[in-house]
Amino acid sequence: MTNTASPLDSGRVADPSKLIQGRTGPWEIVMGLEVHAQVASNTKLFSGAKVGFGAGPNEQVSLVDAAMPGMLPVLNKYCVEQAVKTGLGLKAEINRFSRFDRKNYFYPDLPQGYQISQLFHPIVGEGEVLVERDDGSSFTVRIERLHLEQDAGKSIHDLDPNATYVDLNRAGTALMEIVSKPDLRSSDEAVAYFKKLRTILVYLGTCDGDMEKGNMRADCNVSVRRPGEKFGTRCEIKNVNSFRFMQQAIEFEARRQIEILEDGGTIEQETRLFDAVKVETRSMRSKEEAHDYRYFPDPDLLPVELEEAWIESIRQHLVELPDDKKARFISQYGLSAYDAQVLISEQARADYYEAAAKGRDAKLVANWVTNELLARLAKDGHEIVDSPLPPAHIAGLVELIETNVISSKIAKTVFEHMWEGKGIMTPAEIVEQHGLKQVTDTGAIEKAVDEIIAANPDKAAEVALKPQALGWFVGQVMKATGGKANPAAVNELLKAKLGV
Amino acid sequence: MAIDVATVKKVASLSRLRKSDERLQSLAGELNGILGWIEQLNEVDVSGVEPMTTAIEMPQPMREDVVTDGDKVREIVANAPKTVDGFFIVPKVVE
Repeated sequence: MTNTASPLDSGRVADPSKLIQGRTGPWEIVMGLEVHAQVASNTKLFSGAKVGFGAGPNEQVSLVDAAMPGMLPVLNKYCVEQAVKTGLGLKAEINRFSRFDRKNYFYPDLPQGYQISQLFHPIVGEGEVLVERDDGSSFTVRIERLHLEQDAGKSIHDLDPNATYVDLNRAGTALMEIVSKPDLRSSDEAVAYFKKLRTILVYLGTCDGDMEKGNMRADCNVSVRRPGEKFGTRCEIKNVNSFRFMQQAIEFEARRQIEILEDGGTIEQETRLFDAVKVETRSMRSKEEAHDYRYFPDPDLLPVELEEAWIESIRQHLVELPDDKKARFISQYGLSAYDAQVLISEQARADYYEAAAKGRDAKLVANWVTNELLARLAKDGHEIVDSPLPPAHIAGLVELIETNVISSKIAKTVFEHMWEGKGIMTPAEIVEQHGLKQVTDTGAIEKAVDEIIAANPDKAAEVALKPQALGWFVGQVMKATGGKANPAAVNELLKAKLGV
Repeated sequence: MAIDVATVKKVASLSRLRKSDERLQSLAGELNGILGWIEQLNEVDVSGVEPMTTAIEMPQPMREDVVTDGDKVREIVANAPKTVDGFFIVPKVVE
């Protein structure tokens, strides 16, 4: 191996803890992703047939999608707009001139015999994505390009042992293929990047990010090298559609390549498939001979020339992006970077939080949303959209704390009731019904304080020498009042009585 | 550029066309004839001329994202040799 770096090499090296130890020393993963994101449009890229899940076989197919002779494609303006919007969200260059090409290959679920894609002149050029790791640190992944293309139909192999069933409902659906440069250095980084990309797309509304339905999936180009040295030969793992599978597929594939290299072998560039049941990647030999795609410009489609004013108006209407929202949450609400990250990682969380934080102690609201509500939801595998409690109830709870109606400790009890009651009663109603109101009546608190001091003269004497011992008294008074005494009032009274 | 039998065979297989060996031989001859004829175009000096991408100088027409088509399963599968429940049925594709 030589040290001549590829012009594609960003110079990034893996965190030493992410290197893979082989028999002959450490190896580093080098990886780029090609993410396919389905455009959230009503209709297909080149026909007026509906896009969506759940229709009967071939019900959402036009004669264009079925490639009947003489049918001509007409470009969907909305899809072009979504590609531009996504490009802006990736801080990428928007190409004023782009064009569609035909990628020729033969497969039963591709009736045209070619996929309309953009090889030579993609609609979006280079950009970048800032990616956060779990530990709060971040790194940048460079985007190579984003282009529009058609999805293929679906082949179903398990309905008949001797035949394949073809459904063209998906054929012609618009996809954005987002290609990163080979800037990823571990499976963790790949997953973090894929997550961030998904967050951005969902924020922009250009793709719904539903990976279970295959609306967002990734091809992982994996290679290994000695740390910092020349890139190795890569293998492409096709169609990975979950964060967990991505992690597993990359780990398996990297180890497979290392085994081969350490045995003195060489890596053959090929396309591989991830088997989620066996947790391994397998060669897709069938695709090998078909790799001659004979691209050429599609004569049925004119070049796409975008007007400056249109791009500008899309830019003007761009939503607040995750990075900007995070910065705003930190400065506007005084949140920690960690809390801000948790809240902005899903748009729905951020919206929920902002609705609850309005006019309230924003940090306190953040604590209740992240530590209690999200944690509780996560236990059942739910997200904030499934929350039985509306934002107003979290706001109500925080208001009760702020106005000293309940203490933070009692608030936990109130939250329990709120959760159990699935949002039927407001926090104020719960406090009323269960008699959880904080005792601020100094007379009542004073009575408890006096009794406890009188019953524990030795402890009282101790406080004069050791002021920390006051805590014991606070605890006793709280106990005596069922936790409902206002802790500040208790403290004050004790200090006065014990002369601290 | 000369097309040999091996190239014709590859192109045929990419297009899923099966041709006998004799036919491949004669196809190579035919294709070479066509390419030779096209090569005459190389005599024209095109330096400084922008490649033409379309014969029509107009922007790409675009449509609104409104459902105007679909729901015609019978027409879609009308010409298929075999269908079941609206699916196209093709010989088993082995992955």
